[in-house]
Amino acid sequence: MLEALPHRAAIWNFLFGRLTLDSMPFLKPDLEGRIVLVTFIIVAIGGLAILGAITKARKWGYLWKEWFTSVDHKKLGIMYMILATVMLLRGFADAVMMRSQQAVAFGPHMGYLPPEHYDQIFSAHGAIMIFFVAMTYIVGIMNYVMPLQIGSRDVAFPFLNNLSFWFTFWGAMLFMLSLFLGDFSMAGWLGYPPVSELQQGSGVDYYIWGLQLSGLGTLLTGINFAVTILKLRAPGMTLMKMPVFSWTTLCTSGLIIATFPVLTATLFMLALDRYVGTHFFTTGGGGNVMMYINLIWIWGHPEVYILILPLFGVFSEIVPTFSGKPLFGYSSMVYATVAIMILSYLVWLHHFFTMGSGADVNSFFSLTTMMISIPTGVKIFNWLFTMYRGRIRFTVPMLWTLGFLFTFTIGGMTGVMLSVAPADFLLHNSLFLVAHFHNVIIGGVVFGSFAAVNYWFPKAFGFKLDEFWGKASFWFWQIGFWVAFGPLYILGLMGVTRRLSHFEDPSLQIWFIIAAFGAFLIALGILSFLIQIYVSIVRRKAYAVGHDPWDGRTLEWSTSSPPPDYNFAFIPLVRERDAWTDMKAHGFRRPLDGFNPIHMPKNTATGVVIGVLAFACCFGLIWYIWWLAAASLAGVIAVAIAHTFNYHHDHHIPADEVREFEHAGNWQPETRGVNA
Amino acid sequence: MSVKPLRGLLLLPLALLGGCHLVLLNPAGDVARQQSDIMISTTAIMALIIVPVLIAIGVIAWRYRASNRQARYDATWAHSPQLELLVWAAPLLIIIAIGAISWIGTHMVDPYRPLQRIAPDQPVPAGVKPLEVEVVSLRWKWLFLYPQYGIATVNQLAAPVDRPVKFKLTSDAMMDSFFVPAMAGQIYTMPGMQTILHGVINKPGEYRGFSANYSGSGFTDMRFKFLGMSTADFDKWVARVRAAGGDLDRKTYDQLRVPSRAAPVQYYAHFDTGLYNRILNLCVDPGQMCMSQMMAADAHDGDMHGDAAGNAMSMPHAVLKPAPAQAAAKH
Repeated sequence: MLEALPHRAAIWNFLFGRLTLDSMPFLKPDLEGRIVLVTFIIVAIGGLAILGAITKARKWGYLWKEWFTSVDHKKLGIMYMILATVMLLRGFADAVMMRSQQAVAFGPHMGYLPPEHYDQIFSAHGAIMIFFVAMTYIVGIMNYVMPLQIGSRDVAFPFLNNLSFWFTFWGAMLFMLSLFLGDFSMAGWLGYPPVSELQQGSGVDYYIWGLQLSGLGTLLTGINFAVTILKLRAPGMTLMKMPVFSWTTLCTSGLIIATFPVLTATLFMLALDRYVGTHFFTTGGGGNVMMYINLIWIWGHPEVYILILPLFGVFSEIVPTFSGKPLFGYSSMVYATVAIMILSYLVWLHHFFTMGSGADVNSFFSLTTMMISIPTGVKIFNWLFTMYRGRIRFTVPMLWTLGFLFTFTIGGMTGVMLSVAPADFLLHNSLFLVAHFHNVIIGGVVFGSFAAVNYWFPKAFGFKLDEFWGKASFWFWQIGFWVAFGPLYILGLMGVTRRLSHFEDPSLQIWFIIAAFGAFLIALGILSFLIQIYVSIVRRKAYAVGHDPWDGRTLEWSTSSPPPDYNFAFIPLVRERDAWTDMKAHGFRRPLDGFNPIHMPKNTATGVVIGVLAFACCFGLIWYIWWLAAASLAGVIAVAIAHTFNYHHDHHIPADEVREFEHAGNWQPETRGVNA
Repeated sequence: MSVKPLRGLLLLPLALLGGCHLVLLNPAGDVARQQSDIMISTTAIMALIIVPVLIAIGVIAWRYRASNRQARYDATWAHSPQLELLVWAAPLLIIIAIGAISWIGTHMVDPYRPLQRIAPDQPVPAGVKPLEVEVVSLRWKWLFLYPQYGIATVNQLAAPVDRPVKFKLTSDAMMDSFFVPAMAGQIYTMPGMQTILHGVINKPGEYRGFSANYSGSGFTDMRFKFLGMSTADFDKWVARVRAAGGDLDRKTYDQLRVPSRAAPVQYYAHFDTGLYNRILNLCVDPGQMCMSQMMAADAHDGDMHGDAAGNAMSMPHAVLKPAPAQAAAKH
C-alpha cells in the first residue's frame, strides 16, 4: 500500500505525507542498508525480549503506577539516569564507528562509511551526547538530590517534572527512530546552515523536532528547580547556608531559563526556513547564516556551563565528605559559581573568532573567555584546600573526583589556549579543539556523573555499588580517555581538522589507531560500569547500608535509604551549613512518635499522554503528515486544559503509615532514634 | 618576545613522540609563526600555575590519605582570608598577563590588517605590492583568481616567497574555512560576504591547504596544494598557467559550481573581469540583480540599514560607493 511518492494516490499522500517504503533504509540492498538491518533486528529482538519479560512478570501495572505516572522527584531522577545510560550506549556506538572509520580510511582505503553516512554519525554523536546523555544525567542528578538536600518533600511543580521527563524521553525516541525511518541530520551537532537548510529529506527535521521537544522539557525543569530552591528550602536554610550542589543547581536553572528560549526560537526559525520558505538564515532573500551561528552559540555557550556547574556542585559535596572537613571557602565557591553563570553569557563569539569580526570584537570575547578561568581556578584551589589537612578516604566517588581534578585542569588549560584569539586562528576546527572539549566534557561532566552515581546510589537504593568494578570502570575511563584524546591533541597540532572521513597522509594513521584503541579502553570502562550495577544488584543484601554510609554532611543523609515518598517525616530545622553534620554533632535523635498526616501530590497520567501526543505531533511534522500533526497538537492543548480541571491532584499520607515507615525504614542502628 | 628556547622545550618531548611534523608549532609563514609564538608563550605562562596545581593534586591527596596518621587533621578548618585572596589573585595575575598578550596579538595579526613585515625584523620592502588572490570556495573545490595576472586556477595556489599575499574570500553556496596552516590562520568564506586574509610564506615548498569548516558530503576532499616559490619560479608557474590556455567564462564557472568531489587541478589563462564581484554579489546568473546594486538602491532611498561603508565583511567599497555624507555620519 505504500508506494513511491509520484505514483501513489492522493489519499495515501494525505495519510502518509512523504513517508514511503524508500524511507526505510534497512530495506535497501546496499552495505548501509545491511548495517541498519542488522541493528534493527538486534534492537527489535532486544526490545521484544524486554517487553516480553515485563509482560511475563506482570510488571506493566507496577511500572505504570509506580514509575511512568509518578510525580516523585526521586523516581523521575532515576528514570532520567536510566535514559541517559541507554543513550550513552547509543552515542558511544556512534563514537566507535567514527574512530574505526578514521583508523582505516587512508589513501586507497575509503573505509566502510561513505561520507553521507559518516556525516550523520558525527552529527548524531554530538547531539545525543550533549542533549540526551550529559543533559539527561545532570537533570537526573539534580532531580534526585536537590529536593532532599534542601529538606523539601518534592519539587515545586511535581506534575511539570513528570511532563519534562516525558518530553525529554520522546525527544530521545525521535533521535532513535531516525535510525530506522528516514535519515539523520548531516549538519553537525549544532545544525549549522547552509548545510542544514540544503539537506533534503527528514534528517534535519528529526534533529529540529527532537531538540524542540527535549528543549521544552529542559526549560520546564529549569523553572521548576529554580522555584523549588527559592521557595521550598527547609526553615533556617538561608541561601548562604545552602549546600553548594543546590547552589549550582540554582545557577544552572537560571542559565536554562535564560538560554533555552533562545534555542527554541533559533530552531523554530530554522524550521520556518525549511518548511515555509522564510529567509532567516538563507544566503539569498536577505537572510544571513551568521545570525544562526551567533544565536545558536548564545544558547550553546551557556549550555556547556549548564552542564558543568551541577558537577562542580557534585564535587563540592564529595570532597568535603571524604576529606572529613567542611568545604574550604564556601563563600568563594558560591561567588565563583555566580560569576561563571554571568560570564558564560558574554563569551559566545569565541566559537567563531575566524568569521571576520575584527580585532576589537575578537579581543573583547577573548578576554571575557579567559576571565571564566579565574572563578574556575578558584574552585580547583578550594577543592585542594578542602583536601588539605583532611582525612581522605579513597572511595570510588573520590577517585572519580581526583581523576576529574587532574583531567579537567589540563582541559581548562587547553581551553584558555583556544581562547587566545590569534592562537585560535590556527587551532579552530582542529582535532586539538575536539580533544579539548572532550577533555572538559568527559573529564568534567562524565566523570562527575559517575562520581555522583557512586556517591548517591546507596541513598537511592539502600546498598552500595561494588568497589572492584567501580575502580575498574574508573581506571579504564581515565586511561582510555588519554589514549583516545592524547593523539587528537597531537594531530591537531599537526594541522589536522575535524569531521574528515578520509585521509591522504599515511603518517597520520598510527595516531588514529592509538585513538581507536583508547575508545576500546573506554568501552571496557562503560562495560565495567554496567557490570558494577549488575553485580551490586545481585549482591544487594551483602552491600546493604544504612541511611548515612559515607558519614555525609548534608540533609539527604539524614533520611532513610531509600527515602520514603515524603522524604522527611518532619521538615528539618537548619542552623548551620552542612546541616546534617551539625545535627549529628549536637546529638540529633530521630523522633519516632508524634507524626502528622503528610500532604503529597498524586500521580497522574497526564504527562504520559501529553508526551505521546507531542511525539505524534513531531512525527507528523517530520513526515509532512499534516492531519496527524494538527490532531495531536489539538490533543496536547485539550489534555492540558482538561488537566487544569483535575482537582484531585493531592492526597494525605496517614500518620500511621508515616509512623510505620519511620520505625521500619532503613536506618543505621547507631542513630536509631528515641520516642519523642 | 623571544620564544625560541620555549619552543625548543615544548618541541622536544613532542618530537620524541614520533618525529611527526607539528606544523602549528613550527610554521613556515610569518603570520602563522606569530600566531604560533603567541600560543606557545601564553601556554608557558599558564604552565606556571597549571603544573604546580597538577603536582599539588597528587601530593595533597597522598599526604592526607586517611591511613596516614602523621598528617595533621583539622576537622573544622575551612576559611582563611589570606589563602582566599591568593586563590583569586593568582589566576587573575596569569589572566592579566595572557590577556594582554592576546589583546595585542589579536590586533597585530588581525587577518584584515595589511602586513607590516614579512619576517621578524624584516619590514615589507618599499615598493613591493602584495600579491592579490581572490578565493571562491565551491562545492567542493577551491577557485583562485589572480587579478594582477589575469589567470585563475582550481585546487592549486601559488605565491612567491617573502611577498605579502592579500586574499579576498567568498563562497558560492556553503560556509567553508580557508586554511593553509603553514602560512596563516584560517578565515571563513561565506556566500554573499567577503572576508580578508593577509599572509606570507617564507620558505619555498609544497604546503597543505584545505577547508577547515565542514560544508557537506564532499568536504573531506576539499584540499589544495599551496606552492611557495621563488619569484622566478612563480613567474614560470604563471607562464605555465597561461600556456595551458582555457577561459574561465560564465559557462565554465557554472560547470565548476556543480557539486563534485576531489576535483582535479585546473588552469585558466583568462577569466571574465568582474566575475569575482558577481560571485560575491550573488549575481553570476544573467538577470539576477546584484546585492550591491540592491543595497545601493536602498541607500539612495535614505534608509540604508547596513553599515556597508565601514564594514569589510559586507560589500566591497568599489562596488557599493555610498554617499560620502552618509558614510561620514556613520563614524
